[in-house]
Amino acid sequence: MVRSERWAPRLRQVGVLSLGLIAALLWIRYPLLLAVVGVPWLFWLLTTPSGRQTLAITWVGLATIPERLGATSVVVVGIAGVVGVLVAMQAMAAGFQATVTRAGNDHTAIVLRAGANAELSSAFERSAATLIAQAPGVRRDHRDLPIATADLVLVATVPRRSTGTDANLEVRGVGPMAWAVRPQVRLVEGRAFEPGRRELIVGRGALQQFSGLEPGEDLPMLNQGWRIVGVFESGDTHESEVWGDAETLAAAHRRNGFQSVVVALTEPAAIETLRAALAADPRLRVDVETTRDYYTKQSERLTAAIRIIGTGVAAIMALGAVFGALNTMYTAVSQRAREIATLRALGFTATPVVASVLLETMTLALAGGLLGAGVAWTLFHGFTVSTLGANFSQVVFQFQVTGELIARGLQWALIIGLFGGLLPALRAAALPVTVALRES
Amino acid sequence: MRYLPLLVAGLLRRKTRTALTLLSIAAAFALFGMLDAVRVAFTAPESLSGIDRLIVSSRLSLTQTLPQAYLARIASVPGVDQVAHADWFGGIYQDPKNFFPNIAVSPAAYLDLHPEYDLPPEQRQAFLTTRTGAIVGQALADRFGWQVGDRIPLQATLYPNKDGRDYWLFDLVGIYQVTEPQLRGVERQLLFRYDYFDEGRTLGQGTIGWFVVRVRDPDQADQVAQAIDRQFENSTYETTARSERDFQRSFARQIGDIGLIVTAIMAAVFFTLILLTGNTMGQSIRERIPELAVLKTIGFRNRLLLVLVVAESTLLLLIGGLLGLAMARVALPAIRAASSGQLDVVMAPQSWLTGLALMVAIGVIVGLPPALRAMRLRIVDALAGR
Repeated sequence: MVRSERWAPRLRQVGVLSLGLIAALLWIRYPLLLAVVGVPWLFWLLTTPSGRQTLAITWVGLATIPERLGATSVVVVGIAGVVGVLVAMQAMAAGFQATVTRAGNDHTAIVLRAGANAELSSAFERSAATLIAQAPGVRRDHRDLPIATADLVLVATVPRRSTGTDANLEVRGVGPMAWAVRPQVRLVEGRAFEPGRRELIVGRGALQQFSGLEPGEDLPMLNQGWRIVGVFESGDTHESEVWGDAETLAAAHRRNGFQSVVVALTEPAAIETLRAALAADPRLRVDVETTRDYYTKQSERLTAAIRIIGTGVAAIMALGAVFGALNTMYTAVSQRAREIATLRALGFTATPVVASVLLETMTLALAGGLLGAGVAWTLFHGFTVSTLGANFSQVVFQFQVTGELIARGLQWALIIGLFGGLLPALRAAALPVTVALRES
Repeated sequence: MRYLPLLVAGLLRRKTRTALTLLSIAAAFALFGMLDAVRVAFTAPESLSGIDRLIVSSRLSLTQTLPQAYLARIASVPGVDQVAHADWFGGIYQDPKNFFPNIAVSPAAYLDLHPEYDLPPEQRQAFLTTRTGAIVGQALADRFGWQVGDRIPLQATLYPNKDGRDYWLFDLVGIYQVTEPQLRGVERQLLFRYDYFDEGRTLGQGTIGWFVVRVRDPDQADQVAQAIDRQFENSTYETTARSERDFQRSFARQIGDIGLIVTAIMAAVFFTLILLTGNTMGQSIRERIPELAVLKTIGFRNRLLLVLVVAESTLLLLIGGLLGLAMARVALPAIRAASSGQLDVVMAPQSWLTGLALMVAIGVIVGLPPALRAMRLRIVDALAGR
């Protein structure tokens, strides 16, 4: 009998914790659940007597925060750290993904040699490039010329602006139709390169990341200087490249072929026509994909890796933050034991007491979440970095702190708050009134 | 040591609080252990083997090939002991997710230059006599369950096979091991023979990706590197010669500033940790003021009290921190298994040392303010509860 009485509170704790865990898991899976639970809860808070009692007790709790600033800041700062790291890492993944995938669409197709997993590992003979451009399914302009560009992809070693260390710069040689195939690319400064001359234009991102690419400067490649004559923008991964005339670059590098052919399709469905035609040609062994598929694939691995690592790191930090919150809230409850006991003696039931401790923790957690998301946004939103992309050269991208990421961060904050507050709330409700009143 | 029971009693005074604090500290240091292992893995292995090796690659970029004929000219540069060459094959085993480096090498010279590859003599002999032979590191063999005698197909990405198939076949003739734990990375590659590769490919015959050069005297490495580059200055294929470690570092730097990211995360974590443990220690000392006054009354000196409080917080940090590092140590192999060998890092001795230094530093930082307060207590006030 005595034994069971001793174990009853433990059992209740385990039960409540499991319930909390299930709720948290459900919520992560279905974020809209917040509305289903939150709205009735708000209704309960504002309309019922015990709801208003809860609000009153929470208000007292929150009002005493200035007196225990140190302890409370543990909860707020701890959760801010978790949310900050989570949001920043996810923003990095989102930025990389957006930059790379934006280069693709359903209206253009990229043709690579069979088996090649990126432009750099592909190679065509000159004749193959012509065959591909002339294939059915490729859109033609008013002069009946196919809208297609056979690209040459090279890598040059250029010092980085920030560190002065060498990094790989993608040099893309394009055909005369490249502007029609990629209408998102537009010159913002200077002029276009002229075929036959050693001239290049530089993408906005490459200009920011690498030194020596200002218009008017020369990029040395194979003992020759290539004059930068213009700057272009495209809002996607092409901005990390420099462009020149494919024929001129090929001649200088003694190449007699191309890496990829990108064609405009007559309509998105024409990809099948093109694929069938190229597969039927015995002179060609190629893979055909829409550029959307190609660039999505290029971004997948790194994006997934950053997401997994970011979530893992944040999860461990979240564990630490839960322990910190538990500590703080246990202390808060024991410091206010007398006050809570007085309320209970006055006739307040256990529910408002439990609810108010939870509400207080969640409020602190939300404040921490907002702080963390705010810091991540201020420090990292639009922060430009670069990493090694599929073509073994730097892809320049910006962190993107989106509303969705902030919402997810706040969701994490509230879950941490829930776990940090649950057990102390139960302790508060279980305090024997007479003992607590006598405590000094 | 005499005061250890006193310290332990202080920590056990509020068991829940101590346990929760320990767990937060453990979480922080577990994270530190894992992230620092990643950072170390990205800043090139600190090992003595390879200190006498140079990598010679095209000055334009690593993707640009060099003529194989350069071999003799590099070998004739004074101070050069031996030269091997290598090519990035970029083959895929079954699925792009299974990525590992596969490299075509000049077999005898490459093995001579890498004495840290521990390959049984008969397997070495088999590699030197089997044209289609390949050797892999133990870690890679374990990952795919390969055994000597297996035939391994690699899907070609860069180099289609002349025979019209889109894959190349290799006979696994040897499995090598590397004893130094920080060099484990090289156990995750497949090496095969250049002659088989060069005959079978449809393009690029007679070219190679990079040369590996052993210099006679590591102290002369810089001069030799410059001499090699001078040889090919203003030629069609200019070269960059640099030490193997430089080469690896520049490679890691291209991926991104991993060190900076790790440092930023750890700064956030430790800032929170200092706040948390500092708060706990402050509270714990505040509650014990009457007891401290008693200690003073019975003759404990101010200085000793200061040391005791700081020692208590340092002990808390050490227990939690070592627990955390131990968890990281256990978790890393589990992560390796879960990611099928993709994320394979180990904790270096220097991570343990840095961790220990951090524990002591944080322990002193958080212990000092309450310790000073304890030292400055006036017995009369404290006993009276003022």
